[in-house]
Amino acid sequence: MTVILAFLALVALAAGLWLSQQRLASKPWLETGIAPLAGHGPGRAPGFVFIVAFLAVAGGLFAMLGSAFVMQIEETPWALVPLPGRVWMNTALLLLASVCLQFVVIAARAGTARWLRASLIAASIATLAFLAGQVQVWVTLAAGGYRLDGAPAASFFYLITGLHGLHLLGGIIALAAVCLRHAGAGDARALLPGVRACALYWHVLLAFWLMLFALLQGWGNAFLALCRAAVS
Amino acid sequence: MLIVVALVLIVLGSIAFHLLSPWWWTPIASNWDYIDNTLVITFWITGAVFAAVVLFTAYCVLKFRHRPGHRAVFDPENKRLEWWLTGVTAAGVAAMLVPGLFVWKQFVTVPDDAAEVEVFGQQWSWSYRLPGADGVLGTADAEWVSGENPLGINPHDRFGKDDLIIEGGEVYLPVDRPVKLLLRSIDVLHNFYVPEFRAKMDMVPGMVTYIWFTPTRTGGFEVLCAEYCGTAHAFMRGYVTVVEAEEYQEWLQEQLTFEEYASNAGTAQPVRLAEN
Amino acid sequence: MVDRGSDDRMQLPPREVADVMPPHAHSWIGRYVFSQDAKYIALQYSGTAVAIGLVALVLSWLMRLQLGFPGTFDFITAEAYYQFVTMHGMIMVIYLLTAIFLGGFGNYLIPLMVGARDMVFPFVNMLSYWVYLLAVLVLVASFFVPGGPTGAGWTLYPPQAVLSGTPGGAQSGIILMLVSLILFIIGFTMGGLNYAVTVLQARTRGMTMMRLPLTVWGIFTATVMALLAFPALFVACVMMLFDRLLGTSFFMPALVELGEKLSYGGGSPIAFQHLFWFFGHPEVYIVALPAFGIVSDLIAVHARKNIFGYRMMVWAIVIIGALSFIVWAHHMYVSGMHPWFGFFFATTTLIIAIPTAIKVYNWVLTLWQGDIHLTLPMLFALGFIVTFVNGGLTGLFLGNVVVDVPLSDTMFVVAHFHMVMGVAPIMVIFGAVYHWYPKITGRMLNEAMGQIHFWVTFIGAYAVFFPMHYVGLVGVPRRYFEIGEPEFLTAPVDGLNAFISSAALIVGAVQVLFLFNLYWSLRRGREAGGNPWRAASLEWQTPETPPRHGNWDALPDVYRWAYDYSVPGAPEDYIAQTDPWVSDGEDRRL
Repeated sequence: MTVILAFLALVALAAGLWLSQQRLASKPWLETGIAPLAGHGPGRAPGFVFIVAFLAVAGGLFAMLGSAFVMQIEETPWALVPLPGRVWMNTALLLLASVCLQFVVIAARAGTARWLRASLIAASIATLAFLAGQVQVWVTLAAGGYRLDGAPAASFFYLITGLHGLHLLGGIIALAAVCLRHAGAGDARALLPGVRACALYWHVLLAFWLMLFALLQGWGNAFLALCRAAVS
Repeated sequence: MLIVVALVLIVLGSIAFHLLSPWWWTPIASNWDYIDNTLVITFWITGAVFAAVVLFTAYCVLKFRHRPGHRAVFDPENKRLEWWLTGVTAAGVAAMLVPGLFVWKQFVTVPDDAAEVEVFGQQWSWSYRLPGADGVLGTADAEWVSGENPLGINPHDRFGKDDLIIEGGEVYLPVDRPVKLLLRSIDVLHNFYVPEFRAKMDMVPGMVTYIWFTPTRTGGFEVLCAEYCGTAHAFMRGYVTVVEAEEYQEWLQEQLTFEEYASNAGTAQPVRLAEN
Repeated sequence: MVDRGSDDRMQLPPREVADVMPPHAHSWIGRYVFSQDAKYIALQYSGTAVAIGLVALVLSWLMRLQLGFPGTFDFITAEAYYQFVTMHGMIMVIYLLTAIFLGGFGNYLIPLMVGARDMVFPFVNMLSYWVYLLAVLVLVASFFVPGGPTGAGWTLYPPQAVLSGTPGGAQSGIILMLVSLILFIIGFTMGGLNYAVTVLQARTRGMTMMRLPLTVWGIFTATVMALLAFPALFVACVMMLFDRLLGTSFFMPALVELGEKLSYGGGSPIAFQHLFWFFGHPEVYIVALPAFGIVSDLIAVHARKNIFGYRMMVWAIVIIGALSFIVWAHHMYVSGMHPWFGFFFATTTLIIAIPTAIKVYNWVLTLWQGDIHLTLPMLFALGFIVTFVNGGLTGLFLGNVVVDVPLSDTMFVVAHFHMVMGVAPIMVIFGAVYHWYPKITGRMLNEAMGQIHFWVTFIGAYAVFFPMHYVGLVGVPRRYFEIGEPEFLTAPVDGLNAFISSAALIVGAVQVLFLFNLYWSLRRGREAGGNPWRAASLEWQTPETPPRHGNWDALPDVYRWAYDYSVPGAPEDYIAQTDPWVSDGEDRRL
C-alpha cells in the first residue's frame, strides 16, 4: 500500500496548502461584513478545477492499482513480465503527444490557427499511435505466453495498460468535443480553456504512465527493498 | 421532559443489563486472561464515559429546556475547556491502548518451546496434522491434494512422511504446554475459533497463518469457523480436547502417519479414535 | 432576509464568482425526469435510496426472523439467509446511506447553503443520478437471476465470493453485484466532483470557508474522501470481475474446491482485503461526517445557540477525514496480515477517537446554557448523541488490537457497526428530514406521527443493538445461520435473540408511519413559511419556499457565520447570514 499512501500524502499536501489559505484559525464569530474569498481568480475556472479534481481521482485509481501490483510482486518477485522494447517507443510517443498539446495551448493563446491545427493533428496521431503500440505490446506478450489468465503479474500488465488506455481514449473524445464545439468560431483563442484542460490531462496521464511503467519494470519493488535494507 | 427520563433510564438500564444479565464471556481455558483484563479495563473506562456523557446531556436538557423568556448564552468557544477535555480523552485512550499493545506483543511472540500443530480447513470441515517422530512438519500445498492425500502433503518431502494425520474434526492437546497452531486452508477463508481460548486467526489459502496459546484446563472445547466461508459456514464445527500429558501420549500412538495413511487409503478406513 | 437598502451595496467588493443562471428546462421531461436542478436531483436520489432501502429493511426482517426463531420459517434456507445478509449490508452502506447523504442532502443543501444557484455542472449532476439509478436496477436484477443475488457477505471476500460454495458465486449474482458497484462508483464520481467543485468555486460573495455551516463542511470532506476512497473499491471490483469472468488470478491462489482443483494460482486473497478496507474504512466516515455536520446544525438551531467550538469542529472534521485513510487494517487484525501492523493500526485507530470525542463534547456543550426546544429534529439529535457515543465507545474495544481478537467476527462487531454507522446516522437522517422538510415542501411534518416515530425508533433501535453486543461477548460469531446450543454459551441466547428480533420488527414497522407522514404532510401539513425554525443559515433565506430553480433573485451576500444565535444586543435570537447587523457596543466589523 506504499504507492497509494505516497499518492495520498501528495494530495494531503495540496489540500493542506489550500486549507492554509482559508484562515482556519480565524474566529468567524468576531467578523461581520463581506470577507474576501481565498482561492479564486483567473485560471481557476470551475471547469479547470473539475479536471484537476478528476485527475486526483484517476491518480487514486492508478496508485491503487500500483499498490496492488507491488503487493503481488512482493509475493512472487520472479513473475515479473519482461516488457518488450516497443514499450519504450510507446512512452516516447506519449511524451510527443504531450509536447504537441502544449504547442496547441501556445498556439491557442497566440491565436495562430494554422499552428494550432498542425500541432493538434500531431498530438492526436501520437496519442493514437501510443494506443496502437500498447495493443501491439499486448499481442507480443500474449504470443510469448504471458496470457491474461496466466500469472497475476501478467494480468496486472493488461489491466493497468488497459485502464490507462481507456483514460486516454476518453481524453481524445473530450479533445475532439472541445475542437468541434469551437470549430465554427474561427477564433483560435476560444479554444484556450478547453485545450488547456486537455493539455493538463495529457501531461498528468503521461506522468501516471511513467510511474506505472517504472512499477511494471519492478523498479518500485526494488526501491522498496532498498529502503527496507537502508532502514534495517 | 420525557426525553430526560428516557436518557437516564437508558444509562441505568444499560448498566443493570451489563451487571445482572447472564450473558458474559465463557470461562477462559488458555493463558490469555490478559486479553480479558484489557477488555475489563476498556469496559470500565468506556462505561464511565458513556454514563457521564448521556447523564450530562440529560441534565442539560432538563436545566436549559425552553421556557418563555429564557434565552441562550452566547458562548462561541472555550479553548481551555476544550484542550482540557482533549487531554483527558487522550489519557483515557492511552490507558486502554498501552496495555493492549503490550498484550499484543505477547500475542504475536511465540515461545520457543511451543509445540507445532497444523490446523487444516476446507469447506466445511477441520483436519489436523502433527509433526511425527522427527518433530518437523513436512511442506504441503494445495497442488498435492488428492484422495490419498487430503491435506496436500508434499510426497517428496521426507519430513512429511511421519506427519500424523487427524481427520474427523477432533484433536487432542496437552494441558499447560504452549502450542503454536499453524493455520492452513485450501479453498476459501476460514477462521479457527475456540471461544474458551480467546485467540483466533483467519486461515488464508495460499499462505500459513498462526496463533499460539497455552491450554490451562482440561476438557472438550468446540471449534467454530469465524470467517464466512460459504453456505455451511455455521455448521463447520470441530472439537479440541485438552488432556493431561500421559493421555495425550496414548492418543498420539493411535494416530496414523502420512505414509500409513497413504497406503491404507482405498483399502481400509483410517483408524479413528474411539468416540470420545 | 433583510435587505439594508442599496447604500451599503454600492461599497461592496466585486464578486469573485460570476452569477450564471443555470439553463431553464422548457419541456416537461426536462423538468421532471431528466432534471438538471440539483434540488430535484436530490429528491430523485433520496427517493431511489429510500425505495431500495425498504428492500434492505425487509431483508433485515427476514434475517432477524431466522435468528430469533430458528427453524420456524422453512423458506429461509441457509443460502437465502446469506443472500439477505449480503444484500442488506450492501444496500444500506452504499446504496442508501452514501447515496442519501451525498446525493440527497449534498445536492439539496450545498448550493443553497453556499449561496449558489445550482451545482457548477448541472448536466453531469443529472448523469450522476441516472448512472446511480442504473446501478440500483442492476442490483435489483440480481434478485431475479438464476441462483439469486450473491451471498458473499457485504465484504465480498474472495475466494469464496466467486466460488460455488457461496450463493450466487458460480452464477451471475456476484457478477451483477460487481457491475452494480462499478456503475455506482462511476455515477458517484460525477456527482462527487460536482459537490466538491461547487463548494470550492461557487460560494457566494462573503461566504468564506469558515462561515460555512458544518453541514457543508461534513458533506464536503466526506465527498473528497469518497472521491479518493472509491477508486480502491473500483479497482477491487474490476479485478474480482476479471477473476470471475476472464480467469485471471488477482485474488485467487491455487485452490481445491470440494475435491476439484481449479485453474487459479498465484493471487493473494489478502490483497483484496487491503483494497476493500482501504475504501471500507473511509466509507464509515463518508457516512459519519455528513451526519456529524448535519447534527451540529440541528443542535445549534434548536438549542438557539452557536455550535460550541466551531473552529475545533472544523479541524476535527478535517483531521478525522485525513486519519481515516491510515486506519483501514484495523478490520484485518485477524486476517493473517503481518502481525506487526497491529501496533501501527491500533495506535492510529485509537488516536482517531480523540477528535471524534471532541465533537461529541462540543455537541453536548452546545446544549449547555442553551435554550433547548425539544422539537423532533432536536429529539433525533439527542438520539444520535446516545447511539453514537455508545457505538463509538465500543469501537475502542474493536480498534484496540488485542481486545479485538476475541470479539472480531462475533455479533459484537455487528452490534457495534449498526449502532455507530447504522442507527446513529439514520437518526440524523430522520432529524434532518424533519428539519428541512418545511424548506423542501413548504409544510411541516405532522408532529404526533413524528413523536411516535421518534420514540419507537430510538428506544427500539437501542433495544435491538445494545443487547446484541452481549450475544457477541458470549461468543456467537456473526454470519451464522443458526448457532444451536454449543457448550461455551454461558446462557442460552435464544430468548435474547427472539427479543432482539421482535424489537427489530417493530422498529421496521414504524418506518411505514414515517413514510406515510411524508406523504400526508405534503398536502395537509401545517404551512411552514420561509423560516419556521428561525434559522440563520443561508438556505432559510431564499425568496421562495420551496426554492425555485436558480434559488435566488440576486445572489445573496454573506455578512457573518452561520451560527449567530442569541447574540447579546441583537433584536431577535438569531441573525441571518445575509443580515449586516452590527452590535453597537463592540466593533465586530471587518
